[in-house]
Amino acid sequence: MAVSRDRLLTVFSLFILFSFLAYADSNFSHYTLRILQNIAIFITLAVSYNLINGIAGQFSLGPNAFLAVGAYASAIFTLSPEEKLRSFIIEPMLWPLSVISVPFAASLLIAGIVTALVAILMAMPVFRVRGDYLAIVSLGFGEVFQVLANNSMSITNGSLGLKGLQPYTNLWWSWGICVFTVFCTLRLVNSSYGRAMKAVREDETAAEAMGINAFRIKTLAFAFSAFFQGVAGGLLAHLITTISPSLFTFMFTFNLLIIIVIGGLGSTTGSIIAAVLITWGGEALRFFEEPANLFGFQYEGIPGMRMVLFSVILILVMLFARSGIMGRSEFSWEGALGWIKNKLSVMKV
Amino acid sequence: MDYSFALQQLVYGLTVGCLYGLLAIGYSMVYGVLRLINFAHGDLLMVSAYIGFFGIVIFHLPWPVSFAGAIALTALLGILIDRGAYKPIRKSPRINALITAIGVSFLLENVALVTIGGRPKSFPTPGFVSGAIVVGDVSIPTLSVWVFVVTVVLLTLCMAVVKKTRIGIAMRALSRDMETVMLMGVDKDRVIAFTFALGSALAAAGGIMWCMKYPAVEPFMGVIPGLKAFVAAVLGGIGSISGAAMGGMILGLAEVFIVAVQPEWSGYRDAVAFFLMIVILLTRPTGIMGERLPD
Amino acid sequence: MLLDINGLSVFFGGVQALNKLSLQIRKGEIIGLIGPNGAGKTTAFNAITGRIHPSEGSVFFCGKEITGWPAPRIARNGIARTFQNIKLYEDLSVIENVMIAAHSSISYSFIEAILGVGRYSRDEARIKSRAYELLELMNLGELASEQANSLPYGSQRKLEIARALALNPRLLLLDEPVAGMNPTETREFGQFLLTLRDNLSIGVGLIDHDMSFVMEVCDMIRVIDHGIPIAWGTPSVVRNDPKVISAYLGTDFNGAMDNHATN
Repeated sequence: MAVSRDRLLTVFSLFILFSFLAYADSNFSHYTLRILQNIAIFITLAVSYNLINGIAGQFSLGPNAFLAVGAYASAIFTLSPEEKLRSFIIEPMLWPLSVISVPFAASLLIAGIVTALVAILMAMPVFRVRGDYLAIVSLGFGEVFQVLANNSMSITNGSLGLKGLQPYTNLWWSWGICVFTVFCTLRLVNSSYGRAMKAVREDETAAEAMGINAFRIKTLAFAFSAFFQGVAGGLLAHLITTISPSLFTFMFTFNLLIIIVIGGLGSTTGSIIAAVLITWGGEALRFFEEPANLFGFQYEGIPGMRMVLFSVILILVMLFARSGIMGRSEFSWEGALGWIKNKLSVMKV
Repeated sequence: MDYSFALQQLVYGLTVGCLYGLLAIGYSMVYGVLRLINFAHGDLLMVSAYIGFFGIVIFHLPWPVSFAGAIALTALLGILIDRGAYKPIRKSPRINALITAIGVSFLLENVALVTIGGRPKSFPTPGFVSGAIVVGDVSIPTLSVWVFVVTVVLLTLCMAVVKKTRIGIAMRALSRDMETVMLMGVDKDRVIAFTFALGSALAAAGGIMWCMKYPAVEPFMGVIPGLKAFVAAVLGGIGSISGAAMGGMILGLAEVFIVAVQPEWSGYRDAVAFFLMIVILLTRPTGIMGERLPD
Repeated sequence: MLLDINGLSVFFGGVQALNKLSLQIRKGEIIGLIGPNGAGKTTAFNAITGRIHPSEGSVFFCGKEITGWPAPRIARNGIARTFQNIKLYEDLSVIENVMIAAHSSISYSFIEAILGVGRYSRDEARIKSRAYELLELMNLGELASEQANSLPYGSQRKLEIARALALNPRLLLLDEPVAGMNPTETREFGQFLLTLRDNLSIGVGLIDHDMSFVMEVCDMIRVIDHGIPIAWGTPSVVRNDPKVISAYLGTDFNGAMDNHATN
């Protein structure tokens, strides 16, 4: 039976993944563990970003703002009242936020929900009018969030930011959430809702003529992806333990954009592959910006060079390799086994 | 608020409003013709600012030459961006063009960062724009007079070009119905290039005057004005040139007056555009001058 | 009475695209809407199905007024349409194109979709088997997993109809369904349409330029020219109406009529 075989293979792979993580936890360096967690968070972000941009076809530039909302929502609720007293030196924190403190898991849920609500509020004026405007509104929100956060001292502590967050995020949390996000996204995409999103992407007029309420479907995609971006924000906040409004720059969104484009707009599998490649590769490319000793020559390092390269790569991919790695296809056990059998039979001959 | 204070704020608001308007026109025209939000448009402000800066400070060229050069070169850059990045993917789904546009924008910003450096340069203020005319209790900066005059002149020229010349008329026709216009034998690519050139030139003019008011020149200086310019374009009715100008004025006035009336909100000044955008989308999405653009 | 249109007018872009159109379609009837190019036929369909707002007039469906309703709502209430320039979901597979039309009929929420419980599997199975049924009906069964835009033109038209049928409509509005088909395919399709009408007892509204097809299949025909209704009657009445003939002056209307007569 194909279904149980697929399920068995999936469970088996997850087992391998988590065994690997257990091994890594005790044996890898702190630096490597950090990269592994970054990869997990970026997979979470990429997969959810791919849902709105690639599957529903609505161009959002919101991830960095949603990341910020989620990070703050989560941090505000995990900080202990004493810690809040210590940080909010200019203006005391708003009550009852000043006395509430919840466990990490709850704060992640809150982060997700708050971010989703913000997304719904944003979606309403935009999707009713012209989906094109989503890009500008979400981009604008990213800029505005900084302004709002800097000026709401009693909630966010303004530009001082929030420090002293407990480093709750670890390998298990980040990868657990990652697997959860991928699971939920794939299930949504394979359901009628996912198909409806694709229909709206392909031809919104035809979709509406076939009974699909485009506004609702777009809002669903947008809010769903915002939820997971908010949760990722909470994870990030408790990984780096200090957040401030200026941290969540457009750079995040741009990196995510490159990831989902290179992976293949519309392919969840592609987003995962690209997230791994680029997060890891980005680390490797970092050396372009550091001073280094290259074959005996002193190389000063050029800040910003990495982003120039990335911009060029993005444009080149859009012009020449638009489908990215996976195009719009998804991974399936059926497909993978078939591919392996193919390669094996070729080798035997 | 007393009368002269209000008039004073009016002067400031209209000044910055004109600048937003000039920037908004290019955004609006390109969207009207291609349904593309050219994210790189705001960065053209930065490009013209740097060209002007280099012309005056490094090459010691006279002001008119530097300004004309900045406008011409920026217009050329606009055409090049279209030819190089947008034209090859005209037939692809719209989201691809939007992604490319963001890529171009980011590229411009980071190339500036890498080649010129992130530390803000100080744009020199030419002698003829310093000082102010005092009328009663109201002080009208000479720069503001220049901005008004230049904006009115450019706007009139632009409207004339778009209404009277063949290529201008073709441009407006293209935004209504691209298929039919092409069937009539119009060279679509030439008209589009013209649209980019015109919009970029206006952005460049706005950029130079922007620097005279806000002298700090740095790679990311065009990001927020660009966003605001798009809001202004939507406010006035996307696709409409006079609408873009009007939208710019309204935005400029709104920013200045809100902060004047509530000084404790001055930190929120940049958010005014965002909230105006939401309000317009909720109440009158076609904008003030606009009519529904065909999909 | 399935569809009852009265005085429907559409005015946009400075042009009166449709001027007081009245039309009735009863259950089991096939009604044709014809006229020279640009007469406003597709505009009429757009106004009926909610794609555009009529400026005047009313549309009643099964006794309920649906004038000005948004397109998805009208579709969910039983009117399905096809498009003049085929609007398939190009990058999706043939079977997906049909399955998507059943989206409005699902009873599970997105949460249930994620959890995969209860109604989810039942609905998915139902949608899938119904989609296969419809594809078989249109002879497209073998092409189920092909990409929609890889199909030949005639098959794409058939796919659009399969998709429309997935809505379980009571009224089917077809915009140039046989455009691009050869005479054999057209005749087959005519037969198919008549069978469909009889088996499902739906009403059909039909726009087309193939006169012999229209005359063969329709019970009654409404003719419009420049947005204005100019004739209404059975095929033989309309064929001989001098107003209709002059509206088509310069086109091969009479030639097509002669073909029909000899058939």
